[in-house]
Amino acid sequence: MSESPTTAIDIAAAVRDGRVTAAEVVETHLAAIDAREAELHACNAVLADEARAAAGRGDAARAAGATLGPLAGVPVALKDNMCTRGIPTTCSSKILEGWRPPYDATVVTKLQEAGAIVIAKTNLDEFAMGSSTENSAFGPTKNPHDVTKVPGGSSGGSAVAVAAGFAPISLGSDTGGSIRQPAALCGVVGLKPTYGTVSRYGLIAFASSLDQIGPFGATIADAAATYNVIAGHDPRDSTSYAGAMATIGAAELAGDVSGMRVGIISELVGAEGIADDVKRRFTEAADALSAAGAKVEETSVPACVYGLSAYYLIAPAEASSNLARYDGVRYGLRIEADNITDMYTQTRTAGFGPEVKRRIMLGTYALSAGYYDAYYGKALKVRSLIARDFAAAYEKFDVLLSPTAPTTAFGFGAKTDNPLAMYLSDVCTIPSNLCGDPAISVPFGTGDDGLPVGVQVLAPALGEPALFRAAAALEGSAP
Amino acid sequence: MTLPDGWVMVIGLEVHCELKTATKLFCGCPNMFGDEPNTNICPTCLGLPGSLPVLNENAVELAMRIGAALNCDILASTFHRKNYFYPDMPKDYQVSQYDEPINLNGRLDLPDGFRVGVTRAHIEEDTGKSTHVGGDGRIHGATHSLVDYNRSGVPLVEIVSEPDMRTADQARAYVTELRAILVATGASDGRMEEGSMRVDANISVRRSETDEFGTRCEIKNVNSIRSLGRAIEYEAARQVGLIEAGDRVIQQTRHWNEQQGRTITGRVKEDADDYRYFLEPDLVPLDPSPEWIASVRSELAVLPATRREAVAAATGADASATAVATVVDLELDQLVLGAVAAGADGRIALARASNEVAADAEGGRGLDVAAFTAVIAMESASEITATQAKTVLGELLADGGGDPEAIAAKHGFEAMDGSVLDSVVDKVIAANPNEWQRYKDGDAKVTGFFVGQVMKATGGKADGKAVTAALVARTKA
Amino acid sequence: MAKRLTREEVAHVALLARLEVTDDELDMFTGQLADILEHANDVEALDVSGVEAMAHPMQLRNVFRTDVIVPALDRDEVLSQAPSAEDRRFRVPRILGEAP
Repeated sequence: MSESPTTAIDIAAAVRDGRVTAAEVVETHLAAIDAREAELHACNAVLADEARAAAGRGDAARAAGATLGPLAGVPVALKDNMCTRGIPTTCSSKILEGWRPPYDATVVTKLQEAGAIVIAKTNLDEFAMGSSTENSAFGPTKNPHDVTKVPGGSSGGSAVAVAAGFAPISLGSDTGGSIRQPAALCGVVGLKPTYGTVSRYGLIAFASSLDQIGPFGATIADAAATYNVIAGHDPRDSTSYAGAMATIGAAELAGDVSGMRVGIISELVGAEGIADDVKRRFTEAADALSAAGAKVEETSVPACVYGLSAYYLIAPAEASSNLARYDGVRYGLRIEADNITDMYTQTRTAGFGPEVKRRIMLGTYALSAGYYDAYYGKALKVRSLIARDFAAAYEKFDVLLSPTAPTTAFGFGAKTDNPLAMYLSDVCTIPSNLCGDPAISVPFGTGDDGLPVGVQVLAPALGEPALFRAAAALEGSAP
Repeated sequence: MTLPDGWVMVIGLEVHCELKTATKLFCGCPNMFGDEPNTNICPTCLGLPGSLPVLNENAVELAMRIGAALNCDILASTFHRKNYFYPDMPKDYQVSQYDEPINLNGRLDLPDGFRVGVTRAHIEEDTGKSTHVGGDGRIHGATHSLVDYNRSGVPLVEIVSEPDMRTADQARAYVTELRAILVATGASDGRMEEGSMRVDANISVRRSETDEFGTRCEIKNVNSIRSLGRAIEYEAARQVGLIEAGDRVIQQTRHWNEQQGRTITGRVKEDADDYRYFLEPDLVPLDPSPEWIASVRSELAVLPATRREAVAAATGADASATAVATVVDLELDQLVLGAVAAGADGRIALARASNEVAADAEGGRGLDVAAFTAVIAMESASEITATQAKTVLGELLADGGGDPEAIAAKHGFEAMDGSVLDSVVDKVIAANPNEWQRYKDGDAKVTGFFVGQVMKATGGKADGKAVTAALVARTKA
Repeated sequence: MAKRLTREEVAHVALLARLEVTDDELDMFTGQLADILEHANDVEALDVSGVEAMAHPMQLRNVFRTDVIVPALDRDEVLSQAPSAEDRRFRVPRILGEAP
């Protein structure tokens, strides 16, 4: 054959047509991993044996005349906070080291049913808490465009897996920007779908009311194809959306934005810390949409600026409870001690890294007697205000636009001593999580340092069709 | 044991009952008592990372039945997390209803008419079970503990009463009645010995001249209705003793020790009471439709109090009589009501049902109403004696049915002719002149002697009441 | 403006969360958490009276499962993941107090 296909859509088509075997596809990607994994450390585990076995089963099924799925033979990398039966799932934490889940996450089952092949479990900030993947207990992941820079986080490993060609698609989870921000920093597409459209069953919780699984892809079409596979109602997740969900097809991917009303969120473009080169690329992106026929205007979403404050009370509060179960009794790490209270304390103290401890303590404080109303209770009301302001904006606009991250990829250690500075890198991505709305980061050129810049498209809940339409237009006009 | 004059005890009860569902509250594991340890477990009830809860619809239905039976408002509700570390709780938080429970503002009327307010009856999940190794199986002194999560996630309803009760008897009557209601509605099997129903008592004392409540203690680990009464009386006396000695009562949780017959202070935890409740983000609000609530209310089983009134009305007994409670508790009330409707004597039907039939309640519930009616009719018509009626009933129960008249005939039971009885009585009197003299002098104790002699002479066929009447008639001759 | 978080409060929170912090860590966490909370105080200016709390983005109600048994996990597989097991159960060190 002439040239091996690289996108998920092309690979699946080639495997279906018999132009390439799943086994060949897997070997190509394992070779790519071999070439750069030691340098990048994107993976907590490379599942070479499992992937080869799965490819063999897929090829045998095709030979037997089976109908192949939409992701037939497509390697996929999974953030290591999604449960895979019998395969260690660590959350990049010492506290879960060695744990082998006795079940698969719903997204894993859906991907496998679509013919995809899990090739790696990827590195993340411990329990998805971070924006640089530096908070992994197993060491940081490096940005493939410049290995002295972070890949962003918390789904840094999954972003890098796609950017470095380890897999054409991967899954991440996004609680405050953990898919979109690393997508921007690594120059790939990253989607946070509408809350409830992708099942959380088997996703190890950080903050349940904010967590959402979504895809990374090198192209908008691959992200859409992956979204189509993983979205859908799941009776095992009470917060799973039960109504009709759009399938993203050719109509959306054509990227026709003529007449589309696009609002630029002035509070986010003007936010403290947005770098000039990021702003310039953002303006070019807005102009490109305008040139393609969209009606682009600045608009105000006033409460948006309070997103960070609300988020850094709500997310840690939920996390403090979600992470209580890591107590050394049923699975994972245990530090033996004379009595159960000491065992709990020593296990958790040894098992969690500093950022996880910081957030557990922050959340515990926000919920504790005497402070609940002032912190957590108030944050929930601010969340209402933010949702209200976004709803008002969506009466005038089909989609909204902002930078994804304030800067291009930053250096290792640049923000690790100042948690608040690290948190500020999520300022543009957090509001969508608070509202439950979808948002996507699309690569749009590079900054002054030559590193990728991302532009974020936001849409109201279940607005994925408009979101993909605008994203496809941006992809088509990116420098 | 009662309190010294001038003291009043104030009792409120918290009753946890396990719901009789097939599966657990948030997962499809069997809700089964007594299975092999750790066999009814899944990611959700083990709290494995990534697992999620989904609410059991039938648990909601049963919780609503409890609310309806206790005359509660059935409302839209939410679930919260109650955060605390404990090894029998796999997520280290308990999912429970907090400020928005499904059932609010109910009441329960005791058989004597005393009304106890029901504050709320909310849904929550049960914990696993710890076994303590070493230290005589108790938590203190144990070397380590072993945890079984089969019970983890079993659906519970916690029924919280107002502090309306003033005596241990009222508390016992409340639990007895509540248990009967839970069983009648099919919501729970109410087995205290298996822990499917657990009672905690909040107790305080105050001087009768004040209205102000004293400091309360919560008594846990009460495993039977009898223990409940003992624990309450002990604890109230302990508190009065403290106050009279110039000490004060410290609010705390205490544990009832059945062997020692006293309450013992629990360990006070440093971080107690900071449970950091917040809305459970993995669940959505519960908001039963008006139609669902209406159907639960309309399809509710007839409650024990109503059934007792029906039995009382049919038999002429008092609704609070023990016999009435017995036939209702054992679900023999339909047998009694059926017999009375078919013309049987209500007083006799109640007596036989609450004694002989109650002794084999399971057989009794399967007893043919017509057969039971026939026995009662034969006895009330003096065709057979009470003793004979018991024999016939015993055989009907043992054989699972039969023809009462045929059984009576087989034993040769028949109404004894009055002249035959007279001649037997005369012979017995003649043979026992000394005893007869004592009887005539008013020594009631020899009545039994004469009845016994006549019974012996007639092979048990005489009716005891008829013998007594014949003896009385002869003293007046 | 709410008063600045104290070392004692952080120590209490660590106890509630079953975490042990050294003196140095206590200083570090106290400073960092206080900064974060101070930043969060920007919401103090907001008037939220009459605003409903939004705990969740999903406006669903009444999500149920039917009361039907689903096969349980294999006990040996589950216990093989436990740090310590004995007599078909999870083994834990001695427990200091009754459940609350």
